[in-house]
Amino acid sequence: MIEERFDAIVVGAGMAGNAAALTMAKCGLQVLQLERGEYPGSKNVQGAILYADMMERLIPDFREEAPLERHLVEQRFWLLDDRSHVGMHYRSDDFNEERPNRYTIIRAPFDKWFSSKVREAGATVLCETTVTELVRDDRERVVGVRTDRGGGEIHADVVVLAEGVNGLLGTRAGLRARPTPDNVALAVKEMHFLPRETIEARFNLKGDEGVVIEAAGTISRGMTGMGFVYANKECISVGIGCLVADFQRTGQTPYGMLDHFKQHPSVAPLIAGSEIKEYAAHLIPEGGYKAIPQLYGDGWVVVGDAAQLNNAIHREGSNLAMTSGRIAAEAIAEMKSRREPMTAKNLSLYRKMLADSFVIKDLKKYKDLPMLMHTHSQNFFLTYPQLISKAMQNFVRVDGTPKLEKEKATLKSFVKARSWRGLIGDASRFARAWR
Amino acid sequence: MNVEPSVRVEDKLYYNRYLVDIGQPHVKVRAHTTPSAELLALLKVCPARCYELNDNGQVEVTVDGCIECGTCRVIAEPTGDIQWSHPRGGYGVLFKFG
Repeated sequence: MIEERFDAIVVGAGMAGNAAALTMAKCGLQVLQLERGEYPGSKNVQGAILYADMMERLIPDFREEAPLERHLVEQRFWLLDDRSHVGMHYRSDDFNEERPNRYTIIRAPFDKWFSSKVREAGATVLCETTVTELVRDDRERVVGVRTDRGGGEIHADVVVLAEGVNGLLGTRAGLRARPTPDNVALAVKEMHFLPRETIEARFNLKGDEGVVIEAAGTISRGMTGMGFVYANKECISVGIGCLVADFQRTGQTPYGMLDHFKQHPSVAPLIAGSEIKEYAAHLIPEGGYKAIPQLYGDGWVVVGDAAQLNNAIHREGSNLAMTSGRIAAEAIAEMKSRREPMTAKNLSLYRKMLADSFVIKDLKKYKDLPMLMHTHSQNFFLTYPQLISKAMQNFVRVDGTPKLEKEKATLKSFVKARSWRGLIGDASRFARAWR
Repeated sequence: MNVEPSVRVEDKLYYNRYLVDIGQPHVKVRAHTTPSAELLALLKVCPARCYELNDNGQVEVTVDGCIECGTCRVIAEPTGDIQWSHPRGGYGVLFKFG
């Protein structure tokens, strides 16, 4: 189908792939981008929050034309038991700034727009094309791809694997391991539509202001997981995710958990009367620093979710994807300008540049947290939320019990549930992993 | 212990758009007489409930409603219980929102 030879082939048109293709095209490279969906975005699923800084580095004036939903003025963290939530809300008018810091987005329209910028920059974008195989030469160097469109091989100096968390190409070619049940979470999400005035009234917003809620606690039934509620312009994204290993172990169903979350007395009123228009599911890389695979080799680099570049603690994924895509592209463009071959040795520049960025630094900071959350999920996601909720209720309910007695009862309930040793152990384990 | 046995996944899938590649399922279950623990796990964990037990107690897959998350691949591909590919270009689920 395509006889030409390209400087680079990018597999996938998500955040990482678009960032890579755009950056290389802007540097004057001949780029072919292949996407298996009907249009860029039709296979992509995210919560979704867009981080402006990382987008700005790619498209400085994106705010003027990108399909954005709401800029965030408020972040809520909720710890839930079955009937209540203990919340921390941060709301600041500072976020009503000229160049807002974070936005909610809807990925399908956003990615379509992002891809139009990639085309404008000169890349060739081919949709409805599934890459079936990497092509290697007799020295095992990656030299191109084969697709399900037939027509033989397409060659390039380098292949950028932006194929997402469930990317088959890299794992089948033995370039990295397949994701395992304990390093990916399964999240399910629904889109709930309501008139925008209703959303603004329920979330206390005006204009394009937005709110996100992140929730953890008994909704995940002792499994490592979180729920979320994001306000868009005319709809609300509601979802929940847990480690695949936990789903496998417990036999809980993801849709059952989602419906349970939607029925929670703190969530139900926010989405009451809405019309559901989509149900999606997606894996999220949760393995953190220790799950990052080899990021480059002879003729290839891997970026974004496919490389497990996701900060589960801060729920940042798309910005790590965009940044890794951009940095990989810059490293490739650098080699190209020096007229040097795309060998593993040369492409190691990508790993070096990534190590200097927030991407690797942040993941390294939390390198022990995924395992801690996994091995202590019962305590962090079931026992503590219940204890904290009881403590709060004890604190605010007025019933003639002297305060000192209440405090003693609260303390006793914590010690009874976890023992002094357990409490101190949990606190120090958490502090060490957070540091 | 399922708290909400009444959730109908079929109703959820009805919201979605699909272009089904008739006769070319992208996921296949290996023939078996007794399902492995991994295959049995898929009955519950698949978010689109693509996996069902047939009358002979074997696990079957119907990919028409698949949302292509890859969870079944992560669990049951290593044991050889299933074969997983992406649908052909353009086929499968087509997210309007994503």
